[in-house]
Amino acid sequence: MTAQPPTQADIGAEMARARDAYAKAVADGAPVRHHPGRDYAPYRSSALRHPVRPLVAVADPGAAELSGPVFGVTDVTDLDHDLTRQHPGEPLGERITVTGRVLDRAGRPVRGQLVELWQANASGRYAHLRDRHPAPLDPNFTGVGRCLTDDRGAYTFTTVRPGAYPWRNHTNAWRPAHLHFSLFGNAFTQRLVTQMYFPGDPLFPHDPILQSVTDEAARQRLVAAYDHELSTPEWALGYRWDIVLDGPAATWAEEGRR
Amino acid sequence: MTLPPTPSQTVGPFYGYALPFTGGGDLAPAGHPDALTVHGRVYDGASAPVPDALVEIWQPAPDGSRRGAPGSLRRDPVTGRFAGRDATAFTGFARVPTDADGHWAVRTLPPGGVPYLAVAVFARGLLHHLYTRAYLTDAPGTADELLSALPPDRRATLIAAPEPNRTYRFDIRLQGEGETVFLDFG
Ligand SMILES: [Fe+2]
Repeated sequence: MTAQPPTQADIGAEMARARDAYAKAVADGAPVRHHPGRDYAPYRSSALRHPVRPLVAVADPGAAELSGPVFGVTDVTDLDHDLTRQHPGEPLGERITVTGRVLDRAGRPVRGQLVELWQANASGRYAHLRDRHPAPLDPNFTGVGRCLTDDRGAYTFTTVRPGAYPWRNHTNAWRPAHLHFSLFGNAFTQRLVTQMYFPGDPLFPHDPILQSVTDEAARQRLVAAYDHELSTPEWALGYRWDIVLDGPAATWAEEGRR
Repeated sequence: MTLPPTPSQTVGPFYGYALPFTGGGDLAPAGHPDALTVHGRVYDGASAPVPDALVEIWQPAPDGSRRGAPGSLRRDPVTGRFAGRDATAFTGFARVPTDADGHWAVRTLPPGGVPYLAVAVFARGLLHHLYTRAYLTDAPGTADELLSALPPDRRATLIAAPEPNRTYRFDIRLQGEGETVFLDFG
């Protein structure tokens, strides 16, 4: 007998159990968990791709991971931060600007570092050959951007709002609209790959990737804020999303390495 | 002041047209006499190769400098495409996607001051990337704090096995039998 793929109700019940178990653990004194657990069963692809043995703590002040790669003006071009100008024509969709600051946990700006962005187009289709979602590709949109943070740690992208898209985690699974982000800090330990979401998306409670962050406040930190002051008249809607990188760095990095 | 961090999310299945770049594994200049190759496969908990993982390497330069250098993603000013590194600055950073066989490879120079390459692994299905280290066993200073604290079977997962022609084999097992030691820097 072939197992039926799980329904949204099955996955929803699993997600609720994971949330309840986390809430109970915190109530019993367990620490707040900022990051998703790697063994989050409702996200089916995680089943065989998470270690079962505990991570080994490294508290070596000489660790090479306390420093990290640097990037500069050779690594980005002027057009990279504007995903709407990478082709001869304008992409379809709702033009947006997304801006924010990249900080470490002490609140210090991460300066001159690389921020990478990739996303689906306005119809919810990636310009990736393995994306078989039958939504139109847009010849004027690739959906890849890069920039360097400035002296305040700020980044800015101009793009279009991506569409929601289906995936095969369970029957009738849909991802809420999101931007994929990749970030570098002052140390390799601060590396972060994550996703930014748009406020008020009705798909939030149904999505096991967002819900893998079982802490409500932490989950909210993945959702950008609509900021009317950032909207540009007759041009684009503005969203603000600040990013805080976890992990230690060598103390010499505090003195500024650039 | 301590700010709560932004949570990690999986890299997903579709980073392949966004994150990899030309020459991503070519840390060593072409023809450099000290160049070595580090390669291996990424396996899941069923011992199947993972064809959609992304491996990143960070390491000190041969002279021990940990400052890195820009230019890993150097661009052609005319076309905007990736031009490859400039063959003089050692950036210390590599990024390579696994192929259909779960295989990855980098060509680099020996790290100065430490006997290992720092490794980060990203994959669809992995909600938060994992850190490990590829120790190059014939490099100096293998009396290492991390290695010496591990039982032999666990330690073995961090040792890149020497092969002919200055090549080292480093497989990454995400789960199960022979599971790689993954690291927590706090
Ligand atoms: Fe996505």
